[in-house]
Amino acid sequence: MSTEVVNEIKEQEYFINMGPQHPSTHGVLRLLLSLDGEIIKSVEPHLGYIHRSIEKMCEKDTYKMIVHLTDRMDYLSCHMNNEAVCLAVEKGIELEVSDRVKVIRTIMSELTRLSSHQLWWGVMGMDLGAITSFLYGFRDREMIIDIFEETCGARLTMNYNVPGGVMFDIPNNFQTKVKEFITHFRKKLPEYDDLLSNNVIFKARTEGVGILSKEDAISYGVTGPSGRASGFSCDIRKQHPYSAYDRVDFKEILYSEGDCFARYKARIDEMWESMSIIEQLIDNIPEGCARETTRAVIKLPKGEFYQKVETARGEFGVYIISDGKKSPYRLKFRSPGFSTLNALNTMAKGSKIADLVAIMSTIDLVIPDIDR
Amino acid sequence: MDSQDLKTKIESFDIEISFPEEETQFLTLTVNPSKLHELAKQLKEDSDTSFDYMFCQTGIDWLENMEIVYHLRSTSHGHEVVVRTQITDRENPTVDSVYDLWKTADFHEREIFDLLGIRFNNHPDLRRIFLDEDWEGYPLRKDYVDEINIVEL
Repeated sequence: MSTEVVNEIKEQEYFINMGPQHPSTHGVLRLLLSLDGEIIKSVEPHLGYIHRSIEKMCEKDTYKMIVHLTDRMDYLSCHMNNEAVCLAVEKGIELEVSDRVKVIRTIMSELTRLSSHQLWWGVMGMDLGAITSFLYGFRDREMIIDIFEETCGARLTMNYNVPGGVMFDIPNNFQTKVKEFITHFRKKLPEYDDLLSNNVIFKARTEGVGILSKEDAISYGVTGPSGRASGFSCDIRKQHPYSAYDRVDFKEILYSEGDCFARYKARIDEMWESMSIIEQLIDNIPEGCARETTRAVIKLPKGEFYQKVETARGEFGVYIISDGKKSPYRLKFRSPGFSTLNALNTMAKGSKIADLVAIMSTIDLVIPDIDR
Repeated sequence: MDSQDLKTKIESFDIEISFPEEETQFLTLTVNPSKLHELAKQLKEDSDTSFDYMFCQTGIDWLENMEIVYHLRSTSHGHEVVVRTQITDRENPTVDSVYDLWKTADFHEREIFDLLGIRFNNHPDLRRIFLDEDWEGYPLRKDYVDEINIVEL
């Protein structure tokens, strides 16, 4: 090659777009990767493909309508999202729901968390090349979805919570069905470990990959199992117990490694804890009113109401600023995925593209939750 | 530390702050935007307060001014505080970024800039996060009108 040609060849970063339709992004998210060979130098997320401006819509809606918008955000944690709005509104109108409602909400929250983690587990396996896990995850999730369907008529966007309680009382066979599921899943969860947790290839792809330090997790506000895998104690169920979490005994899962495998293990362990919470409550559902009567159009007093709950992805906050009218003056959703995605660059810097797929899977993003 | 001790501690920082008269869920304090970064730095770095986790950052349009609300939590002490700052210049609202203290401010401040048009000094990469670069106006402002894209209920 002549010297002239060699001088023309410039060394520069190589850019590649991952998404918006890449399967590993689990939605419409575009990642702009800056590469040096196969090594990632930086990841820049581009958002807004499905931004629906839910916060602006809320400024026109009544509080009962807002509840229905929230399960369009993180659809895999729809029950907890509904619950956050309902708790904030109940705080505003100073309504104390019955013990029955508290227990039902807690059981349903934990079932939602289980179904979310099952789906995550299945999809994560598939992202890393294990088709079987996808089928296993969906098989077990189906049982929970059937319980949801019988309880509230919907399988995904449940809208089961309303300010003042739950939409309908639980069906007669609810307890039997839930107990059947727990017995079934207690046998099946060790299979998850056999298939992935103890798999040499899987471990090689996740151990030591995408490390997030505890300081960064706190600074970036990475919450939920992803944050707890870095040692950041952030379980809202422990910090600010709501519904019936103050009367159950469960562990906060903490790991210190902060890598993909720790995030994976944190979710697997959380599934065991969720099952234990459900078992503690399922036989002791108190009698009482399943739905307090509220006004057709709820008006919150002038003031501010903040409520946080623990969804399957982390800390979800609802911040209502009311001026005394039937709709909020301003409503802010603090969604867990938004803050977690912020830390992606720190986690992925210096790793390979294939590792980015593992990182994306273990932080468990739901894109509508980020875009709102 | 209970909220009374916390209040006394924050008052000793020698930064002009005010507390609201009405009862609030969290301990709330209001600070002038020019002093915001100084206060935030002290709140984070003082060992008695050590607010190392910002769990929410919200921008509000009050029509006569713009307000930013910071929800802070200390992971070591477990206490929480709300810091508010009002920016009177609605045409060109500007405040110092807190990205150097809490990295989560990166996305949160970009979101506030995108939807409310508040500029943050010293933010590493301040541009729109959800909307296109050539979008006109700031949708979360109360006087925003977009006849094409917004359906009135």
